[in-house]
Amino acid sequence: MAEYTPAYVGTVTKYVFIESPHLTPKDLALRAYEISGGVMIKETCFGMQVTGKPDEVETLIARIREFDPSHIYVKDRGFPPGDERRCRANLGGARPGYLGHEFEMGRIRYIARGLEAPATGVPAVPERREPLDARKLKELMEAEEP
Amino acid sequence: MVKVFIYPATSLILSDMVARFGHEPIGSALGIRERIQTPGFESPPLQITPEEPKKGLKWAAVEVPSGVRGRMAIYGPLIEQSEAAIIIREAEFAFGCMGCARTNELIQFSLRHRGIPVLDLEYPSSDEEGIAFVAAIREFLAGLAKEGQA
Repeated sequence: MAEYTPAYVGTVTKYVFIESPHLTPKDLALRAYEISGGVMIKETCFGMQVTGKPDEVETLIARIREFDPSHIYVKDRGFPPGDERRCRANLGGARPGYLGHEFEMGRIRYIARGLEAPATGVPAVPERREPLDARKLKELMEAEEP
Repeated sequence: MVKVFIYPATSLILSDMVARFGHEPIGSALGIRERIQTPGFESPPLQITPEEPKKGLKWAAVEVPSGVRGRMAIYGPLIEQSEAAIIIREAEFAFGCMGCARTNELIQFSLRHRGIPVLDLEYPSSDEEGIAFVAAIREFLAGLAKEGQA
């Protein structure tokens, strides 16, 4: 095994996802560049990745969130941007972890509604409708009722 | 600020919610980052070395497959430092190979076994569920802050 010399030691990397009717990922990246200071920004189709010293990244994230608080979402990333062990360019196909992002981005619009709603206790939610049981469906078909 | 373990440990929604409401999300990225930034012998793709399954013995018995023990070497220390947890039940994207599936079960068992406050949720699939989902997390995290002050 080869000796491993890590890059970007002491930094943090965060994903910034945006799904907003007012702001595109490109707009967000442009605004982020204006306030980035020494933080490294990588533009992506869903938003961007920011890498830098923890306090600098936190400051940038706090300011980015202000642009559209209920439509911008942030999470940590273990790998720095462009890491050959994770980068799509080296592996081919979708990047590992992409399916998780895709799944959760499908739910983001409900979360945005939750964030925009006034903070008044936990409302009751109507129970989810159960899918029709296959046996029940077979019975209905065989009953041949008009 | 309370350290809140999130399950699925890679969840964007939970990680964002916890940080947004003023606490520290504990997820797999922290464990991976620690390994990625540690010099040593390269062991792609995750810089996980053959030592990890040995470390994992602290959380899983020797009969347990090494894949589970290797994963627990990442998650175990994170679980131990957590002071609360939010678990999404039956998260569809958290499926995987048998190593992942068993590790997921062990993570949830370990969290419940620790006796820390745990919030159980399901992914929202409507606006009403989304509002309740966010409100539940907000209330849970606000409660933690009060406990921390007491």
